[in-house]
Amino acid sequence: MRIGPQYGITRRGLLEAGLAGALGAKAATPEKSRVVIARDPGLGAGRSPDSGRVLKLLDRAMQSFYGLDSPLDAWKKLARPGEVVGLKVNCLSGRGASTNPVLVEAICERLRQIGIPAKDIVIWDRLDSDLESAGYRVSSRKDRIRAIGNDTAGYGNELAVYGSAGSLVANTLVRTCDAVINLPVLKDHGIVGVTLALKNLFGAIHNPNKYHINAGDPYVADVNMFPAIRQKVRLTICDALTAQYEGGPSYMPQWSWPYNGLMVGRDPVALDYTGWQILERKRAEKGMKPLRELRREPLYISTAADARHRLGTNDPNRIDVVEV
Amino acid sequence: MKRRGFLQAVALPCAAACAASSDARFTIEARFYEKLPYKKIKCKLCPRECVIDDRERGYCGVRENRGGTYYSLVYARVCAAHPDPIEKKPLFHFLPGSMAFSVATAGCNVNCKFCQNWDISQVRPEQVASNFLPPKDLAALTRQYQCLSIAYTYSEPVVFCEYVLDAAAAGREAGLKSVVISGGHIQQEPLKKLCGRVDAIKIDLKAFSEKYYKEVVNGELKPVLNALATIRKLGTWTEVVYLVVPTLNDSDEEFRGLARWILSELGRDVPLHFSRFHPEYLLKDLPPTPLPTLERAKAICDAEGLDYVYIGNVAPGHPAENTRCPKCRRVVVERAGFTIRALALDGGKCRFCQHAIPGIWGRI
Ligand code: SF4
Repeated sequence: MRIGPQYGITRRGLLEAGLAGALGAKAATPEKSRVVIARDPGLGAGRSPDSGRVLKLLDRAMQSFYGLDSPLDAWKKLARPGEVVGLKVNCLSGRGASTNPVLVEAICERLRQIGIPAKDIVIWDRLDSDLESAGYRVSSRKDRIRAIGNDTAGYGNELAVYGSAGSLVANTLVRTCDAVINLPVLKDHGIVGVTLALKNLFGAIHNPNKYHINAGDPYVADVNMFPAIRQKVRLTICDALTAQYEGGPSYMPQWSWPYNGLMVGRDPVALDYTGWQILERKRAEKGMKPLRELRREPLYISTAADARHRLGTNDPNRIDVVEV
Repeated sequence: MKRRGFLQAVALPCAAACAASSDARFTIEARFYEKLPYKKIKCKLCPRECVIDDRERGYCGVRENRGGTYYSLVYARVCAAHPDPIEKKPLFHFLPGSMAFSVATAGCNVNCKFCQNWDISQVRPEQVASNFLPPKDLAALTRQYQCLSIAYTYSEPVVFCEYVLDAAAAGREAGLKSVVISGGHIQQEPLKKLCGRVDAIKIDLKAFSEKYYKEVVNGELKPVLNALATIRKLGTWTEVVYLVVPTLNDSDEEFRGLARWILSELGRDVPLHFSRFHPEYLLKDLPPTPLPTLERAKAICDAEGLDYVYIGNVAPGHPAENTRCPKCRRVVVERAGFTIRALALDGGKCRFCQHAIPGIWGRI
């Protein structure tokens, strides 16, 4: 399906991106985009953090994001029974720097508690083998939580086109899921600078290798304009339990550190901007050059915020970073 | 995704006919790359020089870093196979009237917005049905279909270079020629190896401006020009195709610049084909190229002094499909689409004035 800017932006999309102000006089002061950073310094590094503590951390982040006292009330804002919820993990880097299964388990637990049965939860990424290597048991059985790669589930028939990008989009996103929670990892990327919320959606298209040129600009932003992505991705929960400031997307233990945190946001641009700054600060602390000097500044983040995309804001004055 | 009808257009041998289930048979170590620290590699096959992390693939999507070793995933992984007239490539000065057994794998190292074959060129190998067709089987099949040559085409043979090299060697042993239909995005070392193995390379020169290459092709012009010069220098037969896209690469200046470059760097006797664009893939908003535009391009290049300028992808029977002797101006190869209507060549010379017409004429 060919879409252009005239079709690609819905009023709802703008409102959800916290950009209601762009539409009319009524909303003269645009709402800020909220990014919650929840941390637990005692969580402990490594791939097997205490699952109870991770669940508590997740609850804290979700309650803060939705401004509610009960974690289940917060989750109810996100999805409702009868919907199929996809969890878009990031599994390219094996067990070291992929979305932690302990976090995903905690999310599944809360989804089930709000009435979403296991059969309606789908963990997905590009390849079955990537999922397996990151610690997920691949299964397409419909009586349990599914974990399935796009290589098995396939891609839609219609080419989604926006700007410079044209791709087939994963069936799991287009056909199976009603809602998607985006679960990237807070880490560096050797070509496009950082890989967070926006870049993680490259895992939803058949040809991500085509869109790393020019440090992913404008391709990352263009891909995020595809209707299926705009309409179905409801929230990003970024796994920042272990973060990586150099050498990504592969796992490089020498450049990883226990950030012991989660980042939650609905505005992917604001979340990416915030995560990028965290990585830049860590690089500076370690005496490393900023990404700009290495010609991999993630300019796609500002492109995603521009007038043609309006996927969110990268203006620090319009991002409300809440640390809990 | 639409699937190529021509995949089934030939009956592949029994051993190869089963759908490709495992990728081990198609995976061989790449021949042109460099190992880097931290299990990274740098691909040296095409000018992109992708630097690739462990478990990642390059831009073309058909080469993968596995633990610091780089692999081609498309060796003998044929997703399209079909006997075609050689004129369809188009190669007009190469065994006219013969058939070329044409094969492709998935993948391409550019991403032209007008690609007619994007459903195989812009996908990963596992995203398209393929068959295992090792070099000797390909040569045998080519003979079985009474083709005189193997054509590596449809997608981008540079990205399945290892297969081309081995299949061309197997073909040569079986008395077959090999032709490569390429965009010419290739580094000098693999190009020289190719020139040593194949008999002709047709280059799709997409435009004569870097701007167009950047915006429409996602590539660069300079390496393509370098490749053409090298092919010519090494004596491998080459023809150039230029797809004329309305408003994007159809100015008089561009045609003139192209003709002058060919004259000075390649020579007046390199055939140049102006081909008609049809809206497809990401470029559906433009009309097909008007015939007068193609005729204007030809007129400009004729006037600049090129000897063999053709027009293609138009209704069969246009006079610019024919080869004229540059000396006596008589038609020496008369074509209608992919059909040869008349041939007036003796031993590669004009039958009327004995002027030598360059090309590989051989047995017809
Ligand atoms: S052949 Fe493929 S991997 Fe190698 S440099 Fe070119 S696009 Fe990159």
